[in-house]
Amino acid sequence: MAHTAIELNGISKSFGAVHANRNIDLKITAGTIHGIIGENGAGKSTLMSILYGFYQADSGRIQVAGKPASIKTPSAAIALGIGMVHQHFMLVENFTVLENVMLGAEGEALLNTSIAKARDELERLERDYGLEVDPDALIEDLPVGLQQRVEILKALYRGADILILDEPTGVLTPAEADHLFRILRQLKEEGKTVILITHKLREIMAITDNVSVMRQGAMVATRKTAETTVEELAELMVGRHVLLRVEKGEGRAGDVMLSVKNLTVKDSRGVTMVDDVSFDVRAGEIVGIAGVAGNGQSQLLEAITGVRQAVSGTVTLDGTPVELTGEADPVDLRKRGMAHVPEDRHHVGLVLPFEENENAMLGYHWQDKYLKGPLLDIEAIRDDARRKIEKYDIRPADCRLKTANFSGGNQQKIVLAREMEQDPKVLIVGQPTRGVDVGAIEFIHRRLIDMRDQGKAVLLVSVELDEIRSLSDRILVMFAGRVVGERGPEATEGELGLLMAGVEKKEAAE
Amino acid sequence: MDFFTTLILVLDSTVRLSVPLLLAALAGLYSERSGVFDIGLEGKMLAGAFAAGAAAAVTGSAWAGLGAAVLVSVFLALVHGFASITHRGNQIVSGVAINFIAAGATIILGQAWFRQGGRTPSLPGDARFGALHLPFADTLRDVPFLGPIYAELISGHSLLVYLAFLFVPFTWWVLFRTRFGLRLRAVGENPAAVDTAGISVSWLRYRAVMCTGLLTGLAGTYLSLAQNAGFVKDMTAGRGFIALAALIFAKWRPVPVMFACLLFGFLDAFAIRIQGTPLPLIGQVPVQLMQALPYILTVVLLAGFIGKAIPPRAGGVPYVKER
Repeated sequence: MAHTAIELNGISKSFGAVHANRNIDLKITAGTIHGIIGENGAGKSTLMSILYGFYQADSGRIQVAGKPASIKTPSAAIALGIGMVHQHFMLVENFTVLENVMLGAEGEALLNTSIAKARDELERLERDYGLEVDPDALIEDLPVGLQQRVEILKALYRGADILILDEPTGVLTPAEADHLFRILRQLKEEGKTVILITHKLREIMAITDNVSVMRQGAMVATRKTAETTVEELAELMVGRHVLLRVEKGEGRAGDVMLSVKNLTVKDSRGVTMVDDVSFDVRAGEIVGIAGVAGNGQSQLLEAITGVRQAVSGTVTLDGTPVELTGEADPVDLRKRGMAHVPEDRHHVGLVLPFEENENAMLGYHWQDKYLKGPLLDIEAIRDDARRKIEKYDIRPADCRLKTANFSGGNQQKIVLAREMEQDPKVLIVGQPTRGVDVGAIEFIHRRLIDMRDQGKAVLLVSVELDEIRSLSDRILVMFAGRVVGERGPEATEGELGLLMAGVEKKEAAE
Repeated sequence: MDFFTTLILVLDSTVRLSVPLLLAALAGLYSERSGVFDIGLEGKMLAGAFAAGAAAAVTGSAWAGLGAAVLVSVFLALVHGFASITHRGNQIVSGVAINFIAAGATIILGQAWFRQGGRTPSLPGDARFGALHLPFADTLRDVPFLGPIYAELISGHSLLVYLAFLFVPFTWWVLFRTRFGLRLRAVGENPAAVDTAGISVSWLRYRAVMCTGLLTGLAGTYLSLAQNAGFVKDMTAGRGFIALAALIFAKWRPVPVMFACLLFGFLDAFAIRIQGTPLPLIGQVPVQLMQALPYILTVVLLAGFIGKAIPPRAGGVPYVKER
């Protein structure tokens, strides 16, 4: 009979007026992989941070292996055999793998002897679990997949029996994610308990034994994974029925509206991030650019929208060239019909301390309809904002509210409303649903399809492969700055995944 | 005087002049490696110098002076820590405040206690750290070449000079060969990694700023009890800032810190040496220009000759858990 690894009773935690966790009960069986799923902001990470001693619960009890436990610090959690792999890696970038693994568990005060011991132990763990990493490599030189492996090794080095992983696949290619899942299954076979936090339903179905669903800080259900379905879980997460796949008709591609030829872009360090990229986007189609984050998509967007200087190449917008010196006039681009939903809405897309109505027109404030002589026409601006709030179902429906007080999904809708309502010829969209909850994702996808059907040319960049596949009429895959392949929307996830990992088709066939 | 003798003399004063810089720069190294920027080295050194001068004048003991200096500057370091670690204040503002407090308080207290215009009374020899003569210094003096190097350059400095230079390998060893050093370097780069590894970020940073206090105390003691015979107002004269420049110049590494401090010390010694002496080709150089030389060099070096000096990544940023 399997015993209980962790039992939580009545855990509550508030940050100011926000109830991050309300009266949560959770029981996790030892030796299983237990998934915790929920939308962004449902309170999954907070709950796990409480279990790891990073935050303190306002009330409630924790039992580890049947014994009541008081976990006030991460060191208390470590002593109880709990390890955590955080969403943002907790590694010292300019330290070696070995130094990172040792940190906080060095043993003696002098490193001479303890370093040798740690190296032996680390090498043993790497062999036992098939987690090879060079102990002397610097973290900053390692790809994210290996950095994550170091985080797992860190937990195992501290003797963790219960391993918490917070959104571990966000930074991984599909192949790397599969590898991670193999590692997790192996850990389970070794008798470890794994807690997997994610908002991706597919991962839950693929690997977990049990799944608990969180919504708005509360635990709404726990199921055996084998006895539930994706549809049921999605409904539990959102609290209503959701369409997971957008319905759309055939696209009718027209004239070329945006043309990119031989574009090469370097980043601030002088590294070539976009390497001789060419493609066209036609009116009435959505071209999706897939790829793992950091393969040049951001720099490509910045160059096309005139934010970043390009080294060479041309970009043509509806037949006329775009200035690529990094000093393009954004007002001019907008007048010519280019609308831009930037990847990073917090830093580029919005001024968070501004009121909603100000953000709803920022960048278009020169237009006559917002002006009364040399002054802003405040009433016109607010009326315009109210109209957008209604049309895009932005909540709360208050155009005087500070933008920072809207949820991620509603903030994104503010940006989308601003750009789409300008009736552009070309819409450039970066990561439209990053940090956006399932309900809003459905709405945003619907709007993007509408734009296409109205004959706009849409360039969509996203690291979410599902999103690219369900929206795009054509899919380009970027790897290491190059477009390594073009596929239709019928391309399988596996095929795209291999392209995203830079594997040529021939190699893959072998 | 022949060239060799002149060189030995200039190098000898180079060593003396670089010691306060070295102690202060190593002090800053501990704090900044832990992620706490410290622009208040100057103030702590000044307060330490005053405390040393005052305590030595009252008790007649150099060691009592040293103890008082260390106590006072560790206290100021803890004030900086309290503001910037516990209360997550702005580290630059806190450092500047300490500089102002030290500059004002030393003069006021000096005047109130000793009534000599902000000075402390001139100290007799045994209330100071005098020169130590290494064994055989006199017998070997006449050996050609090596004799003067040993007798003048190596022998004949105060205890604090030897201590300062011993702190260089010691600091290296602490930083790279001890558990404390590993954690210190880690907390300056990514405090969240240290926190999740189960180590207290605050306590680690407090220990680092206490090391800073100890070393600035030694630097102040050197100024008032070894280089001079008592405290004079504003006697640090910007050395805390030059030490900070040396620290950046050396990219926060102990051995390069020593060489940077020796370079600044040498420029100082050279400037003093050639005062009033016409240089070949150039002729008479104004004293002011020579005195400004170390500062000009600092600007030139920092402006681009040393490559990019990347500070500890978490430097200057108070650690706050998410939310």
